[in-house]
Amino acid sequence: MKIHEYQAKELFRDAGVPTPRGIVCTSADEVAAAYGELGGPLAVVKSQIHAGGRGKGRFQEHPEQAGVVLVKSAEEAKENAARMLGSTLVTIQTGDEGKRVNTLLVEEGLDIATELYVAVTVDRDRRTPILIASSEGGMDIEHVAEHTPEKILKVAVDGGYGLHAFQATELAFQLGLEGKAVRAAAKFLPALVRFFLDSDCDMAEVNPLVVTGEGALVALDAKVSFDGNALYRHKNLDAYRDLTEEDDSEIRAGKAGLSYVKLDGNIGCLVNGAGLAMSTMDLIQLHGGEPANFLDVGGGASVEAITEAFEIILADPNVKAILVNIFGGIMRCDYVVEALLEAYDKVGITVPLVVRLEGTNVEQARTMLADSGKDIATAADLTDAAQKVVASLSA
Amino acid sequence: MSILVDSATKVLTQGITGSAGLFHSQQCREYGTPMVGGVTPGKGGTEVDGFPVWNTVEECVEETGANCSLVFVPPPFAADAIMESADAYESRGGGLIVAITEGIPVLDMVKAYDFVAKTKSRLIGPNCPGIITPGVAKIGIMPGYIHTPGRVGLISKSGTLTYEAVWQLSNVGLGQSTAVGIGGDPIIGTTFIDLLELFEDDPETDAILMIGEIGGDAEVQAAEYIKEHVTKPVAGFIAGRTAPPGKRMGHAGAIISGGSGTAEEKIAALKAAGVEVAESPADMGAAVQRAMA
Repeated sequence: MKIHEYQAKELFRDAGVPTPRGIVCTSADEVAAAYGELGGPLAVVKSQIHAGGRGKGRFQEHPEQAGVVLVKSAEEAKENAARMLGSTLVTIQTGDEGKRVNTLLVEEGLDIATELYVAVTVDRDRRTPILIASSEGGMDIEHVAEHTPEKILKVAVDGGYGLHAFQATELAFQLGLEGKAVRAAAKFLPALVRFFLDSDCDMAEVNPLVVTGEGALVALDAKVSFDGNALYRHKNLDAYRDLTEEDDSEIRAGKAGLSYVKLDGNIGCLVNGAGLAMSTMDLIQLHGGEPANFLDVGGGASVEAITEAFEIILADPNVKAILVNIFGGIMRCDYVVEALLEAYDKVGITVPLVVRLEGTNVEQARTMLADSGKDIATAADLTDAAQKVVASLSA
Repeated sequence: MSILVDSATKVLTQGITGSAGLFHSQQCREYGTPMVGGVTPGKGGTEVDGFPVWNTVEECVEETGANCSLVFVPPPFAADAIMESADAYESRGGGLIVAITEGIPVLDMVKAYDFVAKTKSRLIGPNCPGIITPGVAKIGIMPGYIHTPGRVGLISKSGTLTYEAVWQLSNVGLGQSTAVGIGGDPIIGTTFIDLLELFEDDPETDAILMIGEIGGDAEVQAAEYIKEHVTKPVAGFIAGRTAPPGKRMGHAGAIISGGSGTAEEKIAALKAAGVEVAESPADMGAAVQRAMA
């Protein structure tokens, strides 16, 4: 689960990770007042959306307006806010459709001496949390990793204990910090790691991490996401979820216990198992079609699950045909067909439907499909299924 | 003699009184796997469909001599269950722990992996279908009857996609020595490389099929290992060519992040290592045939 920058900073402050002073606003008047309260002379107005690249991003309605701006007066703050709020911000990460900005974070300007990069995530190979740091703050870290990999430092973290102070100090020296800033890092970095571990984060990224002229370390930006499988033990985070940032169909699928991801194509897929579901998308593309979604209906394949899956797939207006691909192992094919036929009637499917079944009781299941009198094409194998569903588009 | 499982394997189920735990324990027993019973804390001393139940793994192992755990414990408690098994097996030469549970918090697995790594036990999974040596033992949730005894070793991150591959192999007359689901989570116990090594050394295995997917770089590392150490023919398939970046595709580990972990880079690495890569999921069985030709 992703959260907004202002929410991440709220959690940071509670965890002892320093952030700039800031005020969350939802109207232009609030932004003007926030500028006054922060005391100027410089303030930053930042769009709050779940996507990066906001500084370079521009609004659809106001092509000159950036998603993050420096302002020097209350009037300037208010004018910018008026253009930003309710408008659609397009960044390198939002796609062309952009994201609507409903909230702004207004922060004090800082005396910036140096900008660093730090992030905590889990390293799959080492199977430990890992602290990643770079002297190239403010840059796109993937760009740094590609062009100057020697500038990326990694420290494996003890998942039980956290980051030791000596590890933080060593890293601070490697990053070129001096004096007060080293001592600040010995507090900042372990606090960030502790936050990551205590909150079951997926990722906690600070880019840039600012070293001020006085040697303080401050999280100028904050990007945090959580492990969805651990949310059950962090009930306090429920309030941080912003459903307006998520796809409605994906929310609906989640509630039904289905795994669904919307894509841009026009062939809907309903599959059991994540690996087979991905492969089915690949297969469609291999035969000249474009998949409209990933959908794993899970092991149960009940009437309810299949009905819900069909409805979610058909809620996408791009969908012009559907491919059902089920490998019935323990879940017998005849049972799946029974559920499928019932769901077919309930939903009232009007686009071409191709069904490919394999596994237990498959002959009986195919007969049931053929005898159903419904306009359902059965496929002999995977390739036949993909060819039939792609052909159905031009029929 | 295939890998990991043999006639001396004795299996206990952790979470045997839950519906999935019981159902699959019954299925494994039907297949012929020596199932000794299981563990559910608080239900020790009872019996469920002929399976005796113990409160702790230690008690169960002490009385039955079990050396393999099949874990169906719900996600919040699964990592602890894995550690409990590793602990019980430690004074008895170590054991095999097969974790089926999907949805274990990643940081729980960091701890469980670290714990197991310091013992003599081996962890398979979590979030996997388990392991089967056709005709000998099935320790997992896969449909047993689709498998045929034979000489192809199979390693996969996925469930139904593995069944698909087994089906194709059986259809082209290629049986399996052992099929292992390693799991779709970011942190798993046994990797492609661990199993490539075991299959390479197994006199009963002639060829290997590995099935990967987007996310992480385990397949790229496996490709490097194959180039250096594997002399047997290897075929492969990678799922998720059409998956968009930054989106989790069902499995917790199946996500392209920061532009890495794509299907293309994995396929390229496997091809460079001489692996016969199936372009289509319909081609996995045939790819093994080509690799062996």
